Amino acid sequence: MNRNLTSRHLIGWLLAAPLALVLLLFLILPICLIVVVSFWQSTAFSMIPAFSFENYEFLFGSPVTYAVFFNTVKYALISWAVTLVLGFTVAYFLAFHVRSLTWQVVLFLLCTVPFWTSNIIRMISWIPFLGRNGIANSTLMSWGVIDAPLEWLLFSDFSVILAFVHLYTLFMVVPIFNTMMRIDRSLLEAANDAGASGFQTLVNVVIPLTKSGIMIGSIFVITLVMGDFITVRFMSGSQSANMGRLISNDIALLQYPSAAATAVVLLATVLLMIAALLRIVDIRKEL
Amino acid sequence: MSKMRYSRRTLLKSGAAAVAASALPAPMVWAQEIKDITLRQFGTGVSNLNDVANKVKEDLGFTLEMTALDSDAVTQRAATQPDSFDIADIEYWICKKVWPTGNLQAMDTARIANYDKIVGIFRDGKLTPDSEIAQGTAPHSVGFVEGPGGTEFVNNESGWMTLIPTIYNADTLGIRPDLIGRPIESWAELLNPEFRGKASILDISSIGIMDMAMVCEAMGAITYGDKGNMTREEIDATFAIFTEAKKAGQFRAFWKSFDESVNLMASGEVVIQSMWSPAITAVKARGIPCVYQPLKEGYRSWGGGIGLSTSLSGMELDAAYDYINWYLSGWVGGYLMRQGYYSAVPETSKNFMSENEWGYWFEGKPATDVITSPTGDALAQAGDIRDGGSFEDRMGSVACWNAVMDENQYMVRKWNEFIAA
Repeated sequence: MNRNLTSRHLIGWLLAAPLALVLLLFLILPICLIVVVSFWQSTAFSMIPAFSFENYEFLFGSPVTYAVFFNTVKYALISWAVTLVLGFTVAYFLAFHVRSLTWQVVLFLLCTVPFWTSNIIRMISWIPFLGRNGIANSTLMSWGVIDAPLEWLLFSDFSVILAFVHLYTLFMVVPIFNTMMRIDRSLLEAANDAGASGFQTLVNVVIPLTKSGIMIGSIFVITLVMGDFITVRFMSGSQSANMGRLISNDIALLQYPSAAATAVVLLATVLLMIAALLRIVDIRKEL
Repeated sequence: MSKMRYSRRTLLKSGAAAVAASALPAPMVWAQEIKDITLRQFGTGVSNLNDVANKVKEDLGFTLEMTALDSDAVTQRAATQPDSFDIADIEYWICKKVWPTGNLQAMDTARIANYDKIVGIFRDGKLTPDSEIAQGTAPHSVGFVEGPGGTEFVNNESGWMTLIPTIYNADTLGIRPDLIGRPIESWAELLNPEFRGKASILDISSIGIMDMAMVCEAMGAITYGDKGNMTREEIDATFAIFTEAKKAGQFRAFWKSFDESVNLMASGEVVIQSMWSPAITAVKARGIPCVYQPLKEGYRSWGGGIGLSTSLSGMELDAAYDYINWYLSGWVGGYLMRQGYYSAVPETSKNFMSENEWGYWFEGKPATDVITSPTGDALAQAGDIRDGGSFEDRMGSVACWNAVMDENQYMVRKWNEFIAA
């Protein structure tokens, strides 16, 4: 009995070992390294091992950091809100309005069509569209809606968020659609029989039951937007920055320790946000 | 065997007797083995051209692999991944940054056939005996070290070169004359409120800061001790002016790659911006008017060269010297000069250009016939004159060289803040 138990324990440990090892080597170790390097000092071309708070002091001592931080969170929250509304609507339509399974699958696949090209290309294709002499401006002008080209269409916060929404809405659609498909249809009938209006059913039945999908989608969108740098760089014409761009600028200029310090702060923030989200909904229980 | 003769001759001429002795007794083996040699070159897009690699294969027999990166990435790779390349095609200011890492080896000028014909800028710093040396990281100041293993730059022609100069030019602002409609004469125009929302500057700190300095100095706002080596106060003052302009919406965008600058200009998003010569050419090739405007304050100049990785030795090193000698022998020079750059040894390039091309690109004479780019697009019609004129006119009015300063790290952080502001 006792020997069985130990061997069962042993097998359990062994089964868990490969994944644990992979995570240790490729996740935990690099993160530890980043944390260590963030305390180092650097010159133009080399790093000096040290234990110095210089990088953090510079980071927290500069008003630009706070502005950039605010920008990052702003992009994340606006993109999250827009993708949530869009994603939920699309998923709701697919799950409850499209009756035949074939059409559901066809329409769902249609949603993924843009993903057949690289996200950089999808993003860059907005630039000629939104430009001063682009399609959007020339169309609006030919309709007589505007007299002069709208400058804020491109290289602005508007274009950044537009690109984020375009790139990441599907990450909201998929998990929400998935949880919606698993809602027992008789619950909706019961709500209807009990006299609930469509809106009441939505608020009291559908939304609570899709909470886990919403939460998974939110985690996707928020982490992707918080960690992005290339979308912000291209769509703002290098004129605005988020934390990712601070890091990429530092790396480009060989300031690895400073980049590491920014990365640590960004990581901590994202982890805190995810932790807060997980407190609202216990994903493991819901799944 | 005709391909062989070239390398044998240069080897002999260079006086590397030992190497030649081992190579000459068995030329067949050498010819066979050289085909198996692959040299990995990386550098900025300007001179990493597939046409050059193809021509190397044809003329010298070995394979040259090209990787084109932006200036920041080039610096990063040269400094941190010495084993990832054999030949670094970098700029002189990058050399100042990278040389102390010991990833590059000095080159023996005795093995460079055309060394004596290299333009003075790269040797004693002077275009003509009486020209003044401009501010910034002038190429000759980081061009030589005291010996094969030297780590300190020396300011004389020591016989050991850090980079063999290959390509250089004088940069200024690019403008869209059709959208501006009046003459532009000064760097200060970049911050003229008239061009609010239609100006751009490049987002590469070490070059961008120089353009900024040219503008601030032209505005009369700041007087610099040395634009190529600013003090913290000068850096702060420069960024203060540009941050204010940025917040006021002066800039439409910043660009980092060549293609971005072309698109900004060609689409009319921007009418005045920092630009590189071939970008102007690319805009013109689309049939859109674009001028590389000479300005009264002078040019911001840059130069690039080929450096050899420390890990190169033996036959690969010989092949690299062959490559350098071939590079300076004229074909590449002609190719680059037809794009508006200058070659380090102009006189050899002349043999590879038509009289019309030489007159237009180098001597600043009116074109006698259509001028085409190496890819065949018409760039100028008969009677047109190159923006800025002749080689002496352009390279003679250089106000500063691209540079890396003592306060580089501070400047870089300030640059980061400027982009984020």
